[in-house]
Amino acid sequence: MRPAIPSLLLALLPALSALADDGARLYAQNCAACHGERGSGGIGVPLALPSIRALTTEEYLRRSIRHGRPGRVMPAFASLSAAEVDAIVAHMGSWNPGRPAEYAETRIPGDLANGGKLFQKHCASCHGATGEGGKGTGVTLSRPREQTIMAPALHNAGFLASTTDLQIKAILTQGVTGTPMVSFVRKGLKEQDIDDLVAFVRNFEQSPLARPDAGKPAPEPVLSVESPYDLKTTVANLKRAAETNNFIFIREQTLDEGIVPPGRENHNQQIVYVCNFGLLAQALNTDPRVGLFLPCRFTILEQAGKVTMMASNPKRLSQIFNNSELDEMCEKLTKMYLTIMEDATL
Amino acid sequence: MRTLRILLALVSALLAPAAAHADQMLIIRSGQDFEGAMLTLQNAIAAQGYTLARVQRVDVGLEARGYKTDKYRVVFYGKAEEVAALAEKHPQLMPFLPLNIAIFAEGDQTLLATNRPGVLGEFFPAPELKPVFARWEKDLLEILEKVREAR
Repeated sequence: MRPAIPSLLLALLPALSALADDGARLYAQNCAACHGERGSGGIGVPLALPSIRALTTEEYLRRSIRHGRPGRVMPAFASLSAAEVDAIVAHMGSWNPGRPAEYAETRIPGDLANGGKLFQKHCASCHGATGEGGKGTGVTLSRPREQTIMAPALHNAGFLASTTDLQIKAILTQGVTGTPMVSFVRKGLKEQDIDDLVAFVRNFEQSPLARPDAGKPAPEPVLSVESPYDLKTTVANLKRAAETNNFIFIREQTLDEGIVPPGRENHNQQIVYVCNFGLLAQALNTDPRVGLFLPCRFTILEQAGKVTMMASNPKRLSQIFNNSELDEMCEKLTKMYLTIMEDATL
Repeated sequence: MRTLRILLALVSALLAPAAAHADQMLIIRSGQDFEGAMLTLQNAIAAQGYTLARVQRVDVGLEARGYKTDKYRVVFYGKAEEVAALAEKHPQLMPFLPLNIAIFAEGDQTLLATNRPGVLGEFFPAPELKPVFARWEKDLLEILEKVREAR
């Protein structure tokens, strides 16, 4: 068998080259939207920054791709094969020469009480009082960027499953050049203080931050309210109810307008668009992807003599965005939708 | 033999189909500016056999009311007969029709975002809808890939 192996390796060279191409392609398909075409960052970390490369292990990248960051936009890429994840990581490595960091999995013991005090003093202003991460997940996606990086969520199951204590210690000790993360040695912390901070962050694992709807059955995808009125009256009532609830009427159209020739629309299926622009601006700053279900839309259907008002349920849709900041806003929006539809039946 | 097993595993991994989507959302970055990407998107939608229903100019509405925003539109598209048949048999799908893609500028590049149509299979588990959502997803991936690759 032995003599055959070098031949087999030679035969595999084109395949290995294809793997490198795959890395670039897979990165472009799965990562570039948030991390930039060449890792310059966006809502995601600027992966090509030399200081980040110097502090990041390949295993950390692999685990981050696998686990994502629950509630922080970055999904868990469960559908990527191990070879595809490796190809993406290898592609990221091509941006910066040199060996990536390597850390043992050693746990660092420390004084949690002192670590907690130090965390509130030095870390909470950027990473959040409970380590939940910096606010404004939408800002860096579509708006001018004021910082090169959004403070990562440390109290996050995906982060904690990906990092090692020694990596956290290295970041605290060295800082991350080119980002607001400074060296805490230069700020006067002793090594024991840094170990206490590492232990405090690692201890977040003992009290995972749960999303408010965790463990509960998923909400219905569609909000639906029957109307006692005919379709025309229901549409008029809905517009009035929306305005009463601080929404502005935008437009009314049939469901099929634009996709059937003019004059052939089905007038028993209407859409009413309304908008609260303040809420829209706030939602887009939180997550610009919410344009998928904003401006607000109601669908009114007359079928078999029955008139029904429907809307996609923001609370359900919020779950697919993996953005905790959006959840509360979507819950409020769901209540507003129901109020408007119920007001329209009065 | 161990080396051979590793090599065989590598070969089978290389031959495995590439998974292109990221969990429940599809987000891609286009190297084209907003106007270019919008044109490419509209052409890709038409090439895939769909009709462009309309474009919601979200940024225009926001700016008119004093909010600062980059270019932001939502593109609606569908197939007339399919929308009519689905609305008739599965009216609960109507709030999700026609299909849509959010497109917005980030500097001189453009981002596109939409939900993976397969997610609708979790919302509406009727078996007869499964192939519809699968076809939408295949079409959508091709549309987005065209926009992503356009220069």
